[in-house]
Amino acid sequence: MQKNENSRHEPLFHIAKRSSVSMKKAIAVRAIAIVAALLVAGVFIFAITKRNPIEIYKQMFLGVFGSAHRITKALKSLAILLCISLAVTPAFKMKFWNCGAEGQALIGGLACAACMFYIGGSVPKWLLVIIMTVTSILAGAIWAVIPALFKAKWNTNETLFTLMMNYVATSLVAFFIKCWAKDGSGILRPMTEYGLPQLANTDYLLAVIVVTLLTVATYIYMKYSKHGYEITVVGESENTARYIGINVKKVIIRTMLLSGAICGLCGLLLVGGIDKTISTETIGGQGFTAIMVSWLGKFNPIFMILTSFLIVFLQVGTKQVSTSFRIDTSLADITTAIILFFIIGCEFFINYKIMFRKKEKEVK
Amino acid sequence: MNKEVAIELRRITKTFGNVVANKDVDLTVYKGEILAILGENGSGKTTLMNMIAGIYYPDEGHIIVGGEEAVIKSPKDAFRYKIGMIHQHFKLVDVFTASENVILGVNDGSKYRLSDVNERVAAIAEKYGFIINPKKKIHEMSVSEKQTVEIIKVLYRGADILILDEPTAVLTPQETEKLFAVLRKMKEDGKSIIIITHKMHEVLSISDRVAVLRKGEHIATVNTAETSEAELTEMMVGKKISLNINRPEPKNPCERLVVSNISSVDSEGVQVLDDISFTAFSGEILGIAGIAGSGQRELLESIAGLYPITSGEIMYNNPASGEMENLRNKTPMQIRDLGVRLSFVPEDRLGMGLVGNMGITDNIMLRSYTKGKSMFLDRIPPKNLAKEIIKSLEVSTPDEETPVRRLSGGNVQKVLVGREIASAPSVLMAAYPVRGLDINSSYMIYNLLTQQKENGVAVIFVGEDLDVLTELCDRILVINGGKITGILDGRTAKKEEIGLLMTKHVSSAEAKEDESNAEK
Repeated sequence: MQKNENSRHEPLFHIAKRSSVSMKKAIAVRAIAIVAALLVAGVFIFAITKRNPIEIYKQMFLGVFGSAHRITKALKSLAILLCISLAVTPAFKMKFWNCGAEGQALIGGLACAACMFYIGGSVPKWLLVIIMTVTSILAGAIWAVIPALFKAKWNTNETLFTLMMNYVATSLVAFFIKCWAKDGSGILRPMTEYGLPQLANTDYLLAVIVVTLLTVATYIYMKYSKHGYEITVVGESENTARYIGINVKKVIIRTMLLSGAICGLCGLLLVGGIDKTISTETIGGQGFTAIMVSWLGKFNPIFMILTSFLIVFLQVGTKQVSTSFRIDTSLADITTAIILFFIIGCEFFINYKIMFRKKEKEVK
Repeated sequence: MNKEVAIELRRITKTFGNVVANKDVDLTVYKGEILAILGENGSGKTTLMNMIAGIYYPDEGHIIVGGEEAVIKSPKDAFRYKIGMIHQHFKLVDVFTASENVILGVNDGSKYRLSDVNERVAAIAEKYGFIINPKKKIHEMSVSEKQTVEIIKVLYRGADILILDEPTAVLTPQETEKLFAVLRKMKEDGKSIIIITHKMHEVLSISDRVAVLRKGEHIATVNTAETSEAELTEMMVGKKISLNINRPEPKNPCERLVVSNISSVDSEGVQVLDDISFTAFSGEILGIAGIAGSGQRELLESIAGLYPITSGEIMYNNPASGEMENLRNKTPMQIRDLGVRLSFVPEDRLGMGLVGNMGITDNIMLRSYTKGKSMFLDRIPPKNLAKEIIKSLEVSTPDEETPVRRLSGGNVQKVLVGREIASAPSVLMAAYPVRGLDINSSYMIYNLLTQQKENGVAVIFVGEDLDVLTELCDRILVINGGKITGILDGRTAKKEEIGLLMTKHVSSAEAKEDESNAEK
């Protein structure tokens, strides 16, 4: 028999899928991942800056919880990110890859800004709020339903389509800012006299309340409503959906209308409630971050509170680190990346286990 | 008898996650013998063979080839030890010829000359009695020709140990006989052949010895001449079971579903159904026999409203109103709204009938969730039904919320059939309902179908095992290339007769279409 020295080496280990994992174990794996991430990131930070990593983590924590003002700011970011994440969740659950939340929220915000700009002052404030709300939600829904219609009718690729709609939305915003900002600065001054009502003299409380209600509503809709059930079936297996008599196209269109409407609402909260103005950077990439929040939270709105908090914590905290230590922001980005890498990577160890080949048993 | 050991397995163990696929399996194969590996689905036959062929690597244990310990980490290693495996699903390049497929991946240092390869392929074919044209392209070939190419591919690489994974599953009785003749010739040539199968009568006719696996463990290896079907079944299942199917006479049959002259083309314009007409009566089981991909799926799906037809009528005789309804090109929802009680157990259970990631309750709810005006789901009735099905059909599952993809094939099928029967159908269509099921579950499904028939349901059963079709069905419709080639009485039909009808009357052009469909 022909022999090859190479072939005598047995594989050292192999990877096997776990069939199920206890809740305890899954939490333990995630906890280990976070600790490991902080350690690795700490070593990295120390190697680059020669600063005590504990100091840096402390600054990160203070950046988020350090003062009432900072907590407010973090809450605001959390509400907005969670809102967009809730918007993409029904679509993703249906395996409709809506990468256009950015544009849908922006166009909702643009509709809101347009209402404030054109009819602010000429109608009563309460009426303006209603008109703003309706047009923003409608604008977001329309922006989302266009790719859905094309998908249902001609089976176009929704990922590309929704992505391209983002650029159209950004360009539209840039165009209107040019029209509206008469001073030629390219910046629209905040229209502070209009917009959504302020609760307890803050601009963020309304958003926090709306998003909290929305989280509960989305959870119930996804889990207990017939629509949510249909979304799950279509997402899991389109063939089963057809077999059972679900009108797949109708579900796609309906769900995207909902997804876009929530994005529009988010645009309203941002432009009408918090910023009172709009720029092409109003959403600032949160439409894409939302995809990560939604995935990490396994499309469960309650889990998504945690994942969106994690992302906001990292974003805000690292920003604080770079200002207080005067370190370039890229260090903060790298730290965030290391931590996220560990947290996403640990999912592998939750779903799979590595097994080493057992010691040779004596034969004969 | 001169018995030289070709390959020996010692205490082979392989686990996937928590599932033990093989546990401490010992097995010896001699030169010049045909060893059948018998076992139910999930008993670890294929896993064991895949370890010899280098697809998997054992967790524990040793493989000894020709007296020396072998480490087989890849199919390439396996070929070095002169081991070749013919898989159930062919791995061929469609646009290449037989010879081109054979030479693919062979690197013996010699110059590549197709004419030489053609000659060598022809020589191998002649030696063992294959019938093959080395220059024929794969997509022009029938299933059995493709299988021949796979076998030659392995022989060309000089394999002395051949493993065939359920080679007869796709063949007609006639083709099976031809294959067996070839295998016997190879055996005479001193080759060792391992054949995986779960068809008992084939084991008895072809093998010298039988190794029986049950739940990953090697139960026994016996000489075929000294055993019987009953003994083998008992070893396989672990207990005595009766293999009789009860077939009562149909009671006052009446026309339930009249299909007349339906035709259909697929998305590429190929005719998949050609002028099909038949009637399904209440209280009988109508069997549909045919080579895989002859239009069975399209036929059932067009009745269920899932596949568009270009012409013809599907008339349903509503037992409640006595009226005839035309189901032609209606959606499943419209069919249900007409009050047609049509149940369908599709071929692809987890891809079409059920949702793998949902629990039993949610899967049961698929048929009933639209009931009621509320926009919220009422999970209580489906949950009760799920519990009832788990109890009455002996579904083994931790609870009614476990995702169905975690259940074994038999239990998945019980959930699906249970749900479809629960809606009290008047027509029940089942496509390959026992595929992948163990013997016990299979007989349970046959009994359920017979029960439905006795309740006056018109049952349409698409099957692949001709033995079962001739024992279970009242009438057997044979379909071939989208055409009906015969409707036989199930009580008098002979297997050979059905086999002939399955391949008959197909001109070569249609045959090509037929096989290219089978490929998909």
